[in-house]
Amino acid sequence: MKPTKTLLTAAALATAAGSLSAEEMTIVSWGGAYSKSQLKAYHEPYSEKSGVTILNDDSSAEAVAKLRAMNEAGNITWDVVDVVAADAIRLCDEGLAMEIDPDTMLAPAPDGTSAADDFGDLLVSDCFIPQIVYSTTFGYRTDLVGDTPPADVCAVFDLEAYPGKRSLEKRAINNMEWALICDGVAKDDVYDVLATPEGQDQALAKLGTIKDNVVWWSAGADTPQLLADGEIIMGSTYNGRLFSVIEEQNQPVAMLWDAQIFDLDGWIIPAGLSEERQQRALDYIMFATDTQRLADQAKYISYGPARASSAPLVGQHAELGIDMAPHMPTDPENAKNTFLYNYEFWADYRDDIEAKFQAWLAQ
Amino acid sequence: MTDASQNAGPMLAADGTPLKQSLARSLRRQKLRALLLISPLLLFVMFSFIVPIASMLFRSVENGMVAETLPLTVEALQSWDTQSGELPEEAVYDAFVRDMVVAVENKEHTRLGSRLNYEETGMSSLFRKSGRKLKKMDPETDGPFKEQLIEIHEGWGDPQTWSVIKTHSPAVTNGYFLNAVDMRRTPEGAQSQPEDKRILIKLFGRTLFMSLVITASCILLAYPVSYLLATLPMRVSNLLMILVLLPFWTSLLVRTSAWKVMLQQQGVINETLVWLGLVADDARLIIINNQIGTIIAMTHILLPFMILPMYSVMQTIPPTYTRAAKSMGATNWTTFWRIYFPQSIPGIGAGSILVFILAIGYYITPEIVGGTKGVFISNRIAYHISSSLNWGLAAALGTILLAVVLLLYWVYDKIVGIDNVKLG
Repeated sequence: MKPTKTLLTAAALATAAGSLSAEEMTIVSWGGAYSKSQLKAYHEPYSEKSGVTILNDDSSAEAVAKLRAMNEAGNITWDVVDVVAADAIRLCDEGLAMEIDPDTMLAPAPDGTSAADDFGDLLVSDCFIPQIVYSTTFGYRTDLVGDTPPADVCAVFDLEAYPGKRSLEKRAINNMEWALICDGVAKDDVYDVLATPEGQDQALAKLGTIKDNVVWWSAGADTPQLLADGEIIMGSTYNGRLFSVIEEQNQPVAMLWDAQIFDLDGWIIPAGLSEERQQRALDYIMFATDTQRLADQAKYISYGPARASSAPLVGQHAELGIDMAPHMPTDPENAKNTFLYNYEFWADYRDDIEAKFQAWLAQ
Repeated sequence: MTDASQNAGPMLAADGTPLKQSLARSLRRQKLRALLLISPLLLFVMFSFIVPIASMLFRSVENGMVAETLPLTVEALQSWDTQSGELPEEAVYDAFVRDMVVAVENKEHTRLGSRLNYEETGMSSLFRKSGRKLKKMDPETDGPFKEQLIEIHEGWGDPQTWSVIKTHSPAVTNGYFLNAVDMRRTPEGAQSQPEDKRILIKLFGRTLFMSLVITASCILLAYPVSYLLATLPMRVSNLLMILVLLPFWTSLLVRTSAWKVMLQQQGVINETLVWLGLVADDARLIIINNQIGTIIAMTHILLPFMILPMYSVMQTIPPTYTRAAKSMGATNWTTFWRIYFPQSIPGIGAGSILVFILAIGYYITPEIVGGTKGVFISNRIAYHISSSLNWGLAAALGTILLAVVLLLYWVYDKIVGIDNVKLG
């Protein structure tokens, strides 16, 4: 009995001492393969370099609501949070994220280009540090589309050539844009048209032509599963999910990159951290968003690094050994026809159009 | 006088104090001890149940943000008539710039923008864009501001913008409740939402209707199972009980996802039916991503909540009654309907209340198997909590849902009687 007790006491003392000396930070992300890529590319090298222990929390899907609740409770337990750009804008608008000065807080490119120029237009909010470019695009079953595989996004609306179910996300964003493009609206005019009630009706009418043949998804994993089961013949999801269905699981699925909609994912630092924790978060950000680290992440997942200077450094997949560059949404071959998501527009119109869209869905 | 009243006065206890007082004191001590004993539970219920509900109720009417962020503007707008169709005077613009300089300093202006954007599309970017430019202004020297503000953003030259600010400036608002029943607050009073945005009433109706259907199908399925459980020999009924409890112990998400595999068009049920030749290959049944999917999956998930109370009530029904009825010449049906069934009603009542109240607040199962036509009001509440961040509206929806449940409970009590509910 006695030795055990001594041992326990010693262990308790050691843990207490450990928690006193070791620095910890909580990083919030999306979980799954994406968090794994961050663990390998950012967390592990950073912990090795700085000695800071990193705790993961897979709550990014709920990040905005939770940060608001933490802010109201006056107890912020997160240090760095991974969110999509639209959420970063909301957090910045709500005063829940800290403003970032790219020139002093982010690392310049190896050739000396300032971080602001290296990220360029991707710095869509004062609080947001971009990390990856991902796209929402379509995948289709190669064995179910016949001899002429779809070449452009309007195949989704073409029930005659491609009969069968398709999957679309259960929200207005992206679907409304695709509907208008396929209804003859010029790409540059899409958001001007969508800002008018007539334009919204036009988009819904176009979606109405395929409504009975759509499976609406709400989790990113739905479309890959539906494709693998042969439940749908084509469907939208994030390009990284399709990469894993095609390359890792070897399903008879191919990418339809046409009219892929680019979006950004990146970091924010919550507002209201203590001085010490804020410094630690900034130190992590400086390290994790430099040119080499962003390029490293592409070894584990097919999302494009947000820095211009990282693109030439993208190498091979860490396990499959295939070249990752052709699988990036930003690869010139894939990016022949792309569409840039308009953050400003959706920050304004989201509530309004979403209400209409949901009412339309329920009819 | 005093002497007389003392003589006729109260009985005294041994220590000389009036008996009534001494009794009250000892009773009080007892009550205090009882209170102390239940205090952990009381505190727990208080902080985990009553306080959150109260704060939710409060949030659904609370609207201090506009007046707190723009105090001078709200005051200056008092004298402006929203119906006039004209822009407010310079004094309002001046007050607004003063308010905004402070708000931008405290980073509150964008928050106000996203609050007002729930009411009028475009407010979010109006405040965000204007904030950047207003930051550089000095309210003392840079006036007059009317032209300058309209120059910064044309939205400030639209009377509608000011009308929205004025309409939503009171610290207590009915606006969220109006939104929750597909109406909105306007300067002319409450008005209906445009037809193409009405959805919430429909969802409330659907939630109630489907919860009733789910409760009814649970009753139909659970009754024979419970009857078997209660009447079969112990060894067999124990085995059956395990079959009932096994899914009950499985994660909700796993069970729901399993239904997805079962019900989809290339799923187990459809494949089997096609293989048996009961269904043509090109006419597979659509039994998921609609109301049928939600009803099937939720009936399965909630079934144990119906079986268990029914079973424990049925166990207490003495078999001698039915035997007596039969011995007096009753048919099987009459015995069941006149003797057994009435005694099992308290179990049905308890199970129904449990299942119905659980069903009405269900969220994850409809989200996964409900498609577009099988989702509940709780899915909208979740959307407003985590995506649109319109917590006021979410709170109003939640409050209405709570009120509806309490109302139905009251109706149930009037019709069936709450005394007529037993868990065993």
